[in-house]
Amino acid sequence: MEPISAPASIDLVSLAPVLVLTAFAIGVLVLDLFGGKNKILLAFVSLVGLLVTAVSAFAKIKLPVYSFNDSYVVDHLSVFFIVIFTISSALAILISIDYNRRENIQAGEYYALILFCTVGMILLASSTDFIMIFLGIEIVSICLYVLAGIRRKDLKSNEAALKYFLLGAFATGFLLYGMALMYGASGTTNLVKIAGLLKDGEINSKPILLMGVVLLVIGFGFKVASAPFHMWAPDVYQGAPSPVTAFMAVGPKAAALAAFFRVFAETLPDIASSWETLLYVVAVLTMFLGNLGAIFQTNIKRLLAYSSISHVGYILIAIIAKNSLSSASILFYMLAYALMIFGIFGIIILLGQKGNENLEIENYSGLGFKHPVLAMSMTIFLLSLGGLPPFAGFVAKFYIFSAAIKEGYVILVVIAVINSAISFYYYLKVVVFMYMKEPVGELRVSISPVTLFVVALAVIGTIELGIFPDPIITLAQQ
Amino acid sequence: MFLTFLTFLPLIGAVILAFLPKENEGQIKQTAVGFAAADFLLSLQLWFDFDNTTHQMQFEYSASWIPSWGISYHVGIDGISLLLFVMTTFLTLISIIASWDVKKSIREYMMAMLALSTGMLGVFISLDMFMFYVFWEFQLVPMYIIIGVWGGPRRIYAAVKFFLYTAVGSLLMLVAIIWIYFIIKEQTGVATTDLMYITEHLDVPLETQKWLFMAFFLAFAIKVPMFPFHTWLPDAHVEAPTAGSVILAGVLLKMGTYGFFRFNLPLFPYASNEFVPFIAWLSIIGIIYGALVSLVQEDLKKLVAYSSVSHLGFVMLGTFAFNHYGMQGALLQNINHGISTGALFLLVGMIYDRRHTRMIKEFGGLSKQMPKYAICFMIVALSSIGLPGMNGFVGEFLILLGIFQVNGMYAALATSGVIFAACYILWMFQRVMFQELKNPANMKLPDMNLREMITMVPLIVLIFWIGLYPKPFMKTFEASVSHLITKVDPGNFKPKQIKEHHAALIQQEDLAQMNKKLKGEKDKE
Repeated sequence: MEPISAPASIDLVSLAPVLVLTAFAIGVLVLDLFGGKNKILLAFVSLVGLLVTAVSAFAKIKLPVYSFNDSYVVDHLSVFFIVIFTISSALAILISIDYNRRENIQAGEYYALILFCTVGMILLASSTDFIMIFLGIEIVSICLYVLAGIRRKDLKSNEAALKYFLLGAFATGFLLYGMALMYGASGTTNLVKIAGLLKDGEINSKPILLMGVVLLVIGFGFKVASAPFHMWAPDVYQGAPSPVTAFMAVGPKAAALAAFFRVFAETLPDIASSWETLLYVVAVLTMFLGNLGAIFQTNIKRLLAYSSISHVGYILIAIIAKNSLSSASILFYMLAYALMIFGIFGIIILLGQKGNENLEIENYSGLGFKHPVLAMSMTIFLLSLGGLPPFAGFVAKFYIFSAAIKEGYVILVVIAVINSAISFYYYLKVVVFMYMKEPVGELRVSISPVTLFVVALAVIGTIELGIFPDPIITLAQQ
Repeated sequence: MFLTFLTFLPLIGAVILAFLPKENEGQIKQTAVGFAAADFLLSLQLWFDFDNTTHQMQFEYSASWIPSWGISYHVGIDGISLLLFVMTTFLTLISIIASWDVKKSIREYMMAMLALSTGMLGVFISLDMFMFYVFWEFQLVPMYIIIGVWGGPRRIYAAVKFFLYTAVGSLLMLVAIIWIYFIIKEQTGVATTDLMYITEHLDVPLETQKWLFMAFFLAFAIKVPMFPFHTWLPDAHVEAPTAGSVILAGVLLKMGTYGFFRFNLPLFPYASNEFVPFIAWLSIIGIIYGALVSLVQEDLKKLVAYSSVSHLGFVMLGTFAFNHYGMQGALLQNINHGISTGALFLLVGMIYDRRHTRMIKEFGGLSKQMPKYAICFMIVALSSIGLPGMNGFVGEFLILLGIFQVNGMYAALATSGVIFAACYILWMFQRVMFQELKNPANMKLPDMNLREMITMVPLIVLIFWIGLYPKPFMKTFEASVSHLITKVDPGNFKPKQIKEHHAALIQQEDLAQMNKKLKGEKDKE
């Protein structure tokens, strides 16, 4: 029997972010045993861990570096994504601190799960092998199942966790099946090798390959919540604790999109004709169903869930365009999106009380004149999500549209801007309630300096990225 | 830098207002008026320093903004934007004075007004397409808030409609801007959104020009508004507070016509010529339709709103005449409409403040009770009709003169709009001001107070000034108009075809002669 040899190219330095973060996550778990009731220390350690991870992402200077038999890569895309992940996880932890205290979520593993989830996201964004992608997705998903149901005694939270778990497992099946078919057609699970084979036209069986592609679209479609595989998103987003919802909407989604981009735009461009139309339809459907669905929502979290579906639609446009601008535009978009989403959820958390989270939009009536700063911030986030200048969301959309128009997808972009116009309707609906309706009930702001800090940071970031986006664009375009 | 300073001065004012205590209303109002007045007075300096003899951009300032995309912060004004710029600062001042009695959240109101001013000024000075788009969208928000918060009973509907209409149009313009960006990049190798550079170098075939033209057209036509994109206007006007209406009519609509001058005509001259009949007919329908609908309105403000549709039809018609008379008339009428309709909205607002109704049938015989008000109203109404000696006449006359040279029928139909204007304005005036003073609610109405006089007098002075001696205004845009005409002159496009035809003929002749010569040589042999 042939011994299984260790991979020739083990490069632990390139794996540094994963190792560091795993160590910190285990540390948090251990620390929890001795920490007692106060979980602030855990949050603090987690934040330090994320900071160290972000720094260690820059350990490699000459990029790209492939290691572990070309199944793990450190390139500009993955480094930038790691920065986005750590930022979003850090923001999620920050807005959790006071929320968890208020809602009595005293589980120490909460922070550890976020860290483990981040590990999964890093793997997902850095892998160039189907097996690694699968592992990454599983790590992320399992952590999220638990996080969504972390309020054990809350029915909604349980429902969210169970629904997410069932549909997620189902989707993983599709994904795995697709990967198996790809392997059957090409004889390898390595993305780089598959790309090479496709380029040379040395694929065994075209039909099997195409079936694999379709199943992959379905699997990834579930994970990023693109239509028609989006039905789980609103329920899960509504039921999960607010900080977890914000976290889910940004980090894991960005990671899945990164893998989506790697598989389709980087690995399969040579058979683009076979999946382009499919993705085109999916993107258009996603935008329309997301935006039209959001119009009828009265719950702010459901509204944001639908809006997040539509944003995936915009990002899919960049994947379809698959040119030099698309990866950079996805990076910029996700960064801007992270700021806006965490800002909004920060405000949502601030406006909730114990036992009454004030999630109906009409609860926000009269906010504009009672808490002008909060309302103004909320307005900025919403308009930025809609894509109004001079905010980050506009530059992000401009970027994606540029990528698409450069490749001649003018009709697709026209569809996207029509959707932007639709989206203004429901974003403005929230503004209407805040500024133009009489208050219905007492609306108190819970005092939480940390959450306020996140909101302030997000406002500054949203405006900064909107007015002076150049440094970030330069970074993203490398 | 002076332009930048003038543009952002109101925004600075808005930020300062945010830090003033909410209770101190007097201080808030004074600060707001102070900033608006300073901005207006300083902007007059532009007019004094403006060089009338050139079409070049003046007071230019350019700095790199987003270098990785070739986007720059580039500002400047020429004859087309100068008066609009000054009018914006002027009307902002007037409307802030006119909003003295706003009760609800005065601080936020003034902040919105000042922010709006910055947005509008930015639109008129932007010489970079990206930047233009940023300002174009930016000014939506304060206006939306002004209508939605301080408006009438159906304010939310009107505000959302206003926002969505404009957003749809401008988003398609965004697509066109990105498209142009890549066309320019392909043609010249320079990645830029600089409008001056693009105007000079853009060279696209007619088919593409048409699509791009349509995208810009939609954005601007909604703003103007041209028939059939006008339906947001009556709602927005009726629900907006008085000052909001003044700004809406005086400046926001002008952004649409300005867009045609700055983008559609110089960028797509060929397509512009192709679309002349289309736009001319839409304008004529707008002129007549707006006038007829005004005739049957029972609400004073709605009447004025629909009259705007009619007046702006004239402006569009003059613009697309592509000759000196028409275009100068259009630019002048832009200003005139801002002054006259702005004044009309102010007057309607005054009566609304007193009676809380604008229904024409509620009034009658007001001239006996409010003589000063009646005189002002008379002057403004007549200027809106275009009585000789007042501003409206000069503008409309020039436009009609211009369009007559292009097509007699257009001119004849448009002229009927002038007659209808006399009908609806005079009839309305008769029902409101004359007849018997029957309604007891009108018996004790106070006449205009000092503050209201302060807002009206400058407008009336301008009405007569432009009507009797328009030269100081006209000469600012003469050079720019001449330059623009050389770009879009229909003659440029037709002779080209003739020349090509000539060239083909010459070639044939040459060939024939060559053949003859060859034959001759052969014969000699």
